[in-house]
Amino acid sequence: MAAQDQTLIPPIAPTTGTVDKPVVPLPGVADWLVNFCRSYSIWPMTFGLACCAIEMMGVGMARFDMSRFGAEVFRPSPRQADLMIVAGTVSRKLAPAIVRLYEQLPAPRYVMAMGNCAISGGPFAFKDQYGIVLGVDTILPVDVYVPGCPPRPEALLEGIFQVQRKLTGRRLVAVPAGLDLNMEQDTVRNNPGNTGEKA
Amino acid sequence: MNEFSLWTVFTLVVGLVAILAFIAGNAMALVWMERKVAGFIQRRPGPNQLGPAGVLQSVADAVKLLFKQILKPSNADSIIFFLAPILSFFPVALLFMPLPFSPFFTAYSPNLGLLLILAFSGINVLAVLLAGWSSNNKYSLYGAARGVSQSVAYEIPLLLAVLAIAFQHGTLNLSEIVEQQGGWPWQWNVFTQPLAFLIYFISIFGETNRSPFDLPEAESELTAGFHTEYSGMGFALFFLAEYANMVLVCCVATALFLGGWKGPFLDGFWWFLAKAYGLLFIMMWVRWTYPRARFDMLLNLNWKWLLPLGALNLLATAFVMKLF
Repeated sequence: MAAQDQTLIPPIAPTTGTVDKPVVPLPGVADWLVNFCRSYSIWPMTFGLACCAIEMMGVGMARFDMSRFGAEVFRPSPRQADLMIVAGTVSRKLAPAIVRLYEQLPAPRYVMAMGNCAISGGPFAFKDQYGIVLGVDTILPVDVYVPGCPPRPEALLEGIFQVQRKLTGRRLVAVPAGLDLNMEQDTVRNNPGNTGEKA
Repeated sequence: MNEFSLWTVFTLVVGLVAILAFIAGNAMALVWMERKVAGFIQRRPGPNQLGPAGVLQSVADAVKLLFKQILKPSNADSIIFFLAPILSFFPVALLFMPLPFSPFFTAYSPNLGLLLILAFSGINVLAVLLAGWSSNNKYSLYGAARGVSQSVAYEIPLLLAVLAIAFQHGTLNLSEIVEQQGGWPWQWNVFTQPLAFLIYFISIFGETNRSPFDLPEAESELTAGFHTEYSGMGFALFFLAEYANMVLVCCVATALFLGGWKGPFLDGFWWFLAKAYGLLFIMMWVRWTYPRARFDMLLNLNWKWLLPLGALNLLATAFVMKLF
């Protein structure tokens, strides 16, 4: 990763992608039930940065329909949203606004880096590049990475399933028949079982 | 305290508890129904993973909102900020008291039931104003200002439409108004007062802040309007109050215009609920069909069309009632 000008963007948040710990822990079964309910009510925040946002809109439409999993309620106010889908290229000028939006989200909150630009800068990671934040995880703790340029709508749906998995500890939506998804290798970074090697 | 008043107190308490359960159950059912209707109108399945046809979807949403962190902006007025959502929800319980679901399922049947509903439905506007003011957010304040001007404007044609019915029946008691109507559709008030029904039905969109008149929470301009700063249960209470108000105005419309609990066969509360839910479905249908109106269009429709038509309708009703 290219060295970034620290005077412009100071490192704000640690890059440990974890779900916020609850202030008051609940007993086991109740905790799981609450998390199960949360996982079927992931309301994303209405904001898109670049072309990935077009794919994000596609997921809400008739062909893919995010609402099947209760995630179609795009809330315009960060106070009412659960999931921040960083869909697109994060420019340096926009980075403070994105950090502020993240800070306005009430806990529990989740961040998804959608597309190669949000993950690592994507096509903008070249020498002497000065305007683009190379990876949103340098400024926010990211929970789920959805690669692609842009990712297909199915990939974004899979990203939501991974948020569900992170909440409840297992995959809630069945893998379609005939599709070989190697679930050992998932998109959740910081998973001890993930060696980072591609199958 | 004699036996009669004890019995009255008992029915009031039982009625209130039943009404709170009714409101909560209905709001959950309506959230699910709204999302399914939206899905079918846009040729999608809608929520279908949690429970059969996704009926448990609103349970998941309710639990999620219950366990969500509650935030208060640092410069907000803490008392009013937390009072506003409660204030928006509580009058609704009172407003359901005089509704005649059937001769038996009426919690409280005062002579001035209609007046009670019209008087206390104004408190919701006050809650919107308090929420917008105390949030210390420009979008909240704009939303609240819009909400107040819109509700004040639309209350007048609504009142005129309701007054025409009161003229016709000579009473403000909802049960008596239903009693004077017949079971068959041509014996309902919607046939003698079609213009009043139309004015009432347009006005309730403005009163309940429903699309196409949802300007107080217009996403494209005001983030989320008056509830921009509310998270978790604060937002859920506003949501609950909105759906409860929808149920309320549709129930009042059923009692006033659609013959209440009376139907062609077998009178009972099922007719009342079926008619009210039919109206609710039309409200959802309108929401997912029409785009949001501009604010000048909204007020022009009210002051230039609904108000004169309502006044003329009232005049004609008074004339006919005096003549015959």
